Amino acid sequence: MRPRDTRPDDTFDDGPRDRTRDRTRNGHRDGHRPRTRDLLRDCLPAIGIAAAVAGLALLLPREAHRPPDSAPGRAARRARFGDRVVEGRSVTIAAPRQAVWDRLRDTDRWPDFMETLRDPEHRPDGTLGWTLATPFGHARVVARICREEEGRAIAWVSTDASEVEAEGKVMLRDAPAARGTVIEAHVAYRPPGGLAGHWIARAFGRSPGVQGRQELKRLKMLIETGEIATNSNRRSPAAREA
Amino acid sequence: MRALTWHSTRDVRVDTVPDPQIVNPRDAIIEVTATAICGSDLHLYDGVIPGMKPGDILGHEFMGRVVETGPGSTLTPGQRVVVPFTISCGACLFCQLGQFSACDNSNPVETQEASELLYGHAVSGLFGYSHMTGGYPGGQAQYVRVPFSDVGPIVIPEGLADEQVLFLSDILPTGWMAAANADIGPGDTVAVWGCGPVGLFAVQSARLMGAEKVVAIDHHPNRLALARGLGAEVIDYRQTHVLEALMEMSGGLGPDAVIDAVGMESHGFSPDNLLDTVKQKVGVGADRAHALRMALMAVRKGGRVSVPGVYGGFADTFPLGALMEKGLQLRTGQTHVQACSEDLLRRIGEGEIDTTFLISHRLSLEEAPRGYAGFSDNQDQWTKVVLRP
Repeated sequence: MRPRDTRPDDTFDDGPRDRTRDRTRNGHRDGHRPRTRDLLRDCLPAIGIAAAVAGLALLLPREAHRPPDSAPGRAARRARFGDRVVEGRSVTIAAPRQAVWDRLRDTDRWPDFMETLRDPEHRPDGTLGWTLATPFGHARVVARICREEEGRAIAWVSTDASEVEAEGKVMLRDAPAARGTVIEAHVAYRPPGGLAGHWIARAFGRSPGVQGRQELKRLKMLIETGEIATNSNRRSPAAREA
Repeated sequence: MRALTWHSTRDVRVDTVPDPQIVNPRDAIIEVTATAICGSDLHLYDGVIPGMKPGDILGHEFMGRVVETGPGSTLTPGQRVVVPFTISCGACLFCQLGQFSACDNSNPVETQEASELLYGHAVSGLFGYSHMTGGYPGGQAQYVRVPFSDVGPIVIPEGLADEQVLFLSDILPTGWMAAANADIGPGDTVAVWGCGPVGLFAVQSARLMGAEKVVAIDHHPNRLALARGLGAEVIDYRQTHVLEALMEMSGGLGPDAVIDAVGMESHGFSPDNLLDTVKQKVGVGADRAHALRMALMAVRKGGRVSVPGVYGGFADTFPLGALMEKGLQLRTGQTHVQACSEDLLRRIGEGEIDTTFLISHRLSLEEAPRGYAGFSDNQDQWTKVVLRP
């Protein structure tokens, strides 16, 4: 199911205020009828707030009652789907789909283009493990391949042994006009620290969305050119600079 | 090795830095024999291009001898090569289409983020031209690491001197592509703003492509004289109303094609340019687009607008109405050097194109900071600086 088709669980409550309660708070409880001028003066703040809320409500995107469009869910204006953040990216690689698949399916070589992954491990229970560099330090990722269609799709989901809860999917299709292969990847994850954690990671260029598109671009470089572009003038990693 | 490095606005120095090494399989190391200061280097010098870091080696017009190659290079040590300023992989969609300066794979992934944010797409890698275009060390140095050396470098036959071919690295193909983008045909009247190296080569190229009349616009007498020497009529905007003059010089039609070889640091005393200058100084990403605004106003209805001048940011009060209502065609971009280098090398070899007339100063690499100051501050007399490491 497309995540975009789900309603967000954090809807805004911008309903009318309880004016009776306001009046009570305004201190006219002694039975005297307030003069019109005083009433107006007393109500002005409430009217202002109501107008501001109404104005804000007009500016807020209205998600209900809109038929879904053709865009993938990850292009939606909202970043969060339930407790998950979904991000993704497509790139076109000028190579046959089988060649892209063969390179992609070799999970031991993922660290070649996924610079935040290292120490690939085939675990006895059939799951796969890596060490992942995150903005908050290193974490162990353990995942199992949950779907595989030869030459077309591969999906993985983290297991209970993983320190990062996430799932991802990569799909391949032939690009139009013999331009090679479109590779589409997306990841859904529960960000440490919630949505705030997601934005912090994104600001440091370390959100799965930013990293994912950089990894796809590196994979594209490797397949199309045989190398990953670098501005470094020296082979030693210590001498390199971004 | 010694190299010209950027430190801050109008502060460039010759420093000792580590020699480059072969890093990727398709790399080559070039020992630079001649390199030039480009007008677009002055945008870096003036601090109006974002993404510079202290210590960055400048220079994107260079040539030299191959001294070392990676296993994937097709060059051999000892060959003389001119290196295009655009770095191109030769394999991506854009390189396959001949749009080499739009290469998808030459800008390192980490430095693609800035242009993806600013321009909507990541731009390709260039030598010595800020971290937005890859942060590659440039060619105003004794040695350069050249990535994708099997695609870019142009092997130069013996018999042609460095100064005859050095400008194949950028300004000659840039002037050529400017004229090609203006779709010039026999009988056309073409107006060129800016008589710097690119403008002058655009004049030369427009004449070769059959333009009947080329009108060059500048305010430096020496540069206007060089344009006149290439067969152009000239307008000195300090003494003439440019739009009025162009209308009269084109029989009331307006030029068939216009070329903006000025870019983001336009001169001229006009309200729009004064405002642009203030906005550029305060760093809100504004370009000084006065020349381009004039070009859009001057060109005839249904005419062609070619923009080889470098822009990096934004412009307002832009005559979009003129663009649309007059039905103009606009073409621009960094130069697809590799697409025309063989043709231009042949024309140089046959004596059809001479580029050496442009060189006003020949300096050592150690004198490069003086070269920047002179090229920036006395543009009338300093038309082109060639450095010898």
